[in-house]
Amino acid sequence: MSMLETKALTREFGGIIAVNRVDFNVERNMITGLIGPNGAGKTTLFNNITGLDVPSSGKVFFEGRDITGLPSNKVCRLGIARTFQNIRLFKDLSVIDNVMMGRHFHTGSLRNRTLQAVLSYFQVEKEECEEYEAAMKWLEFFGLENLRNDSAGSLPYGYQRELEIARALATEPKLLFLDEPAAGMNPQETDSLMETIRRIRDLGVTVVLIEHDMKLVMSICDNITVLNYGQKIAQGTPSVIQSDPAVIEAYLGTDDDEEDF
Amino acid sequence: MLNFFLLILIYTCIYAFMSLGQNLITGYTGMLSLCAAGFFAIGSYTTAILMTKFAWSWWSTVPVAILLSALLGVLIGLPTLRLKGDYLAIATLGFAEIVRNVINNWDALTNGPMGIQRIPMISFFGLKVSPYSKYGFLLLEVVLLAICWFLLERLVKSRMGRALEAIREDEIAAASVGVNVTKYKVVSFAIGAGVSGIAGCLQAGFVLSVSPGSYVFMVSIMVLCTVVLGGMGNFLAVMLGAFIIQFISYLPQLIGLSSVIPAQAKQIIFGLILVIMMIYRPQGILGRKKRDNSRAQAFYDQANGDTRNAGRKDIGLEESGAKCEEEGRV
Repeated sequence: MSMLETKALTREFGGIIAVNRVDFNVERNMITGLIGPNGAGKTTLFNNITGLDVPSSGKVFFEGRDITGLPSNKVCRLGIARTFQNIRLFKDLSVIDNVMMGRHFHTGSLRNRTLQAVLSYFQVEKEECEEYEAAMKWLEFFGLENLRNDSAGSLPYGYQRELEIARALATEPKLLFLDEPAAGMNPQETDSLMETIRRIRDLGVTVVLIEHDMKLVMSICDNITVLNYGQKIAQGTPSVIQSDPAVIEAYLGTDDDEEDF
Repeated sequence: MLNFFLLILIYTCIYAFMSLGQNLITGYTGMLSLCAAGFFAIGSYTTAILMTKFAWSWWSTVPVAILLSALLGVLIGLPTLRLKGDYLAIATLGFAEIVRNVINNWDALTNGPMGIQRIPMISFFGLKVSPYSKYGFLLLEVVLLAICWFLLERLVKSRMGRALEAIREDEIAAASVGVNVTKYKVVSFAIGAGVSGIAGCLQAGFVLSVSPGSYVFMVSIMVLCTVVLGGMGNFLAVMLGAFIIQFISYLPQLIGLSSVIPAQAKQIIFGLILVIMMIYRPQGILGRKKRDNSRAQAFYDQANGDTRNAGRKDIGLEESGAKCEEEGRV
């Protein structure tokens, strides 16, 4: 059984069908790519799976459990973390605080937290130290530990991308969604990102990524799904996808398509 | 003169409670609320009614007032906290007006526009804290304020505070790391409301009468001003802001020019101050307080005592710059 499955997932915005009856599968411990021209519905599909948006119809199953329409904070608690296409960091908080936020739900309920904060100083201090250590582990994973006290918004762009992934990983997910992680990166940065994604997979985290950089997608993905105009037009290994006529048509176009490859 | 100065300090403390509450709501959680006056009124009337009609002592009315304000904070929060920015401001403003209108018209309970007079003085183990002996009252206020400040500081230093700040920075991202955004907003709103309610209790205990005219929209605006002026997300700063605002309000009387400078002038001065602040120092006088992880950091560095982190507290851009060059990835 797949780790994550969508069954005939559909999302309509008024008359526009952004995602049209898509069956999308993610296999455990693999890197799955989701590609397609701009506006194909990739991010909408991500949003519907991770609870940022509610599908018009269809179902989402995670490890056999129906998670359709769960709010994103609950989806996260089940072990699905994500990053965003336009980076969403807590810009005014420090780097370490950003990652510690990823540890948020590992540390008890709101009621305990509120009472504890006021009543038991030493307990709070002790747990803060533990969380700090757990967060530092992820900063070291990305080599960002020396920047821990800088505010997140002041980091260079490439580091912000990495920090966002670090924050997502700090939630200890089983499944990690990356929305265009290489957007705006130069070739060296992209190479290092590829290496990072492989290291994340080696930690036992299943990775799904949306990406336009074909070199990256084709070299690290085990399985690729292609969307076009909201519909799934192909699925398979990179070599299968590269020779699929429907994919070539979607990307290169037949007449006046503007998409460039 | 000294007496008058004490009076300013007493009002500063009353406003400081509202500023603390407003700071938790606006400065930390990033919700633009305009109903400080509503919670202020609820606190005042709870104390006034319980003391005059039911002969409760002032001390026992305070927890009731806090709970009632917090409860109303939850009631208004649940439907409106999904709104953002201006929309939330309008909804909360409406709430404050509802509270005032209910008080104004519920004659049986609140005595309508006449208000409630002859509230007994606060007594402390048989000792009357008379508003005429201003030192005693000020002392009471300062002690309560210190307790409140201490507890709020603890709250925002904890993970709860970090979650609130995360919500302020980016709600969607906060939800994506597992924060139940609505719940945290409601709790923050309720705590802020409860703290603002204490201001009402003190007001009733000091003036010894309450009337709907004291809980107008201008109060909410002044409280918001104290927070913006002092610095959002900094409890010490908003209390400083409260002092400055009160000081300016009473400046004409203090320097004996109240016959020359009309009372309305203070609103012009507030407006001017806010405009100038927004242009030259938008973060407020003291600015936002940074989260302090130094203890956890020291603990971590000591535990990982391989000197890798020793003496590198103030590393920053030079080193990260070096790292960028090394990896060729600026």
